[in-house]
Amino acid sequence: MAARVLACAGCHGAQGEGTSDVYFPRLAGKPAGYLYNQLIAFRDGRRRYPPMNYLLEFLPDAYLQEIATYFASLRPPFAAPAIPTVSAEVLARGETLVKNGDPQHGIPACSGCHNPGFTGMEPAIPGLLGLRASYISAQLGGWRYGTRTALAPDCMQIVASLLTEDDVKAVAAYLASRPAPADPSFAPRGSLPMPLACGSEPH
Amino acid sequence: MPRALKKLLSVLAVSSMTIGTTGAIAQQPPKPVPAPIANPALIAKGEYLARAGDCIACHTAREGKIFAGGLPMETPFGTIYTSNITPDPQTGIGTWTSDQFFTTMHNGRFPDGGLLYPAMPFASYTKVTREDSDAIFAYLRSIPPVRQANRPHDLRFPYNNRSLIIGWRTLFFREGEYKPDPTKSADWNRGAYLVEGLGHCGMCHTAINALGGSSESQAFEGGLIPMQNWYAPSLTSNKEAGLGDWSIEEISDLLRTGVSTRGAVYGPMAEVVYNSLQYLNDDDTRAMAVYLKSLAQGTSPEKPAASLPSAESSLLLSFGKSIYDRECGGCHGATGVGMPPHYPPLAGNPSIQMVSAVNAIRMVLNGGYPPGTAGNPRPYGMPPFAQRLSDDEVAAVVTYIRTSWGNRGEPVSARQANELRSATLN
Repeated sequence: MAARVLACAGCHGAQGEGTSDVYFPRLAGKPAGYLYNQLIAFRDGRRRYPPMNYLLEFLPDAYLQEIATYFASLRPPFAAPAIPTVSAEVLARGETLVKNGDPQHGIPACSGCHNPGFTGMEPAIPGLLGLRASYISAQLGGWRYGTRTALAPDCMQIVASLLTEDDVKAVAAYLASRPAPADPSFAPRGSLPMPLACGSEPH
Repeated sequence: MPRALKKLLSVLAVSSMTIGTTGAIAQQPPKPVPAPIANPALIAKGEYLARAGDCIACHTAREGKIFAGGLPMETPFGTIYTSNITPDPQTGIGTWTSDQFFTTMHNGRFPDGGLLYPAMPFASYTKVTREDSDAIFAYLRSIPPVRQANRPHDLRFPYNNRSLIIGWRTLFFREGEYKPDPTKSADWNRGAYLVEGLGHCGMCHTAINALGGSSESQAFEGGLIPMQNWYAPSLTSNKEAGLGDWSIEEISDLLRTGVSTRGAVYGPMAEVVYNSLQYLNDDDTRAMAVYLKSLAQGTSPEKPAASLPSAESSLLLSFGKSIYDRECGGCHGATGVGMPPHYPPLAGNPSIQMVSAVNAIRMVLNGGYPPGTAGNPRPYGMPPFAQRLSDDEVAAVVTYIRTSWGNRGEPVSARQANELRSATLN
């Protein structure tokens, strides 16, 4: 399988661990349902990034499922977390948002769905560790501007639209500063009471 | 960007009932023509022929309902939107008769007499027999109707003037069903019928001129596909994609599975295999192979001879070789022999040596997967190198590949590589 997905390695690493490019995410160990949803979304144009849209355009569902399952099964080591370039106040704001949300503005905590350890939940909620601040911030921007969409109800589109630019910066910086999880396994399906309905994660 | 079928974009624009017809129909309530008594064999035949014609590639939008149209297609003349060909009486073709459908396919005229833009390949479909047209119509009558109004085209002046089509037709349109050549085999004639008719291969593989037309005298001689920046190689020259020295089995494999021991399909041709050719039966695939092989003119490519590089190009080549050995040789082999069918050979591969280096450069920049087909459901992919190699490196490695192991392509420049970085991907 590694040979079949060599086309992914240049940007995502041979084991899906990510590369030095801060805009390309780690794939390894994310739930297969999440990875599959993204592959379908890229293929069908629901998530816009032309190099990915192009690569996947003529690949059938069954093969995309196999690719997703493959990367979900890999457990390469995490790279060292980023050394924050933002102030301690910004990091603290990020930590608050990520762990507690901002009830006053209706913003749920990331941990509510992505698991308090940020390793995600089966079948389709991704872990948030091992990602760089630039990638996280670009994805939140993608939801706000409509270049990244998911099946309705598109919960992340709602969340991203509630965040200010400063919120995005703080969340991205905090998550990127987190060390590798001691236990990278994701939460079992349905084990977290999600604060929002999510089209990608049927209850 | 639409699905790969931007090939049809080449032409003056696409058919639309939007401007030409629905306006007229909307005057009076549509009267659905009663669907003929379903004949499963006829419908199945029509479905198969609709596959051969690749109708779905243009008439189905991304994540849209099948055959409900609405796919935007960028052309040099503006954006066109494909039409709804489901049997919905108000927004589709539910009021049409089989006569009207045949006239549209055969003569490029809507039921109200309005002219189709020639991005609908009626110049090819005119060769389709009445019997086959009726089968396709029966199939289209059997699919679920979708109420989705056609979107008006967004064409620039003067191309938004349909009377221009009259001139285009005079120059480029020859109406007429396919006439079998009695001196050729049944296979050859069936292949010619499919390639020239429903397959509409000439839409890409014949050069498009400034008027958006294809010259009959240059049929299948290849050309750059407008807007897409892919080069559709000549099917008549063995120096390009002429298949004169391929076996029938190699050609059939390529058409049906997307890969073969001689090379793989990529770019817009991947779409054609994915949506259309993989569904054809053995007999038809073989017939197309027989005909395509016969199109190749003249002899096989000249015997390759190593060129003697100047000092400067020698430096470029050694730079290119170092990149090749590091990035490419693992799959394509130190001497470019590849590991067919999944890692195509580069040595002696005409696709790499064509005068136009566009495809070779783009494969290095963008990589690509052959289509996933029933015959090759888990294809191997070529990695993109756009983010990894500089313009100079791309130029060096493509030059090395085009001129090594007996290949006789011309060197490429960093500027050519740079220009293709902005080519439309999808």
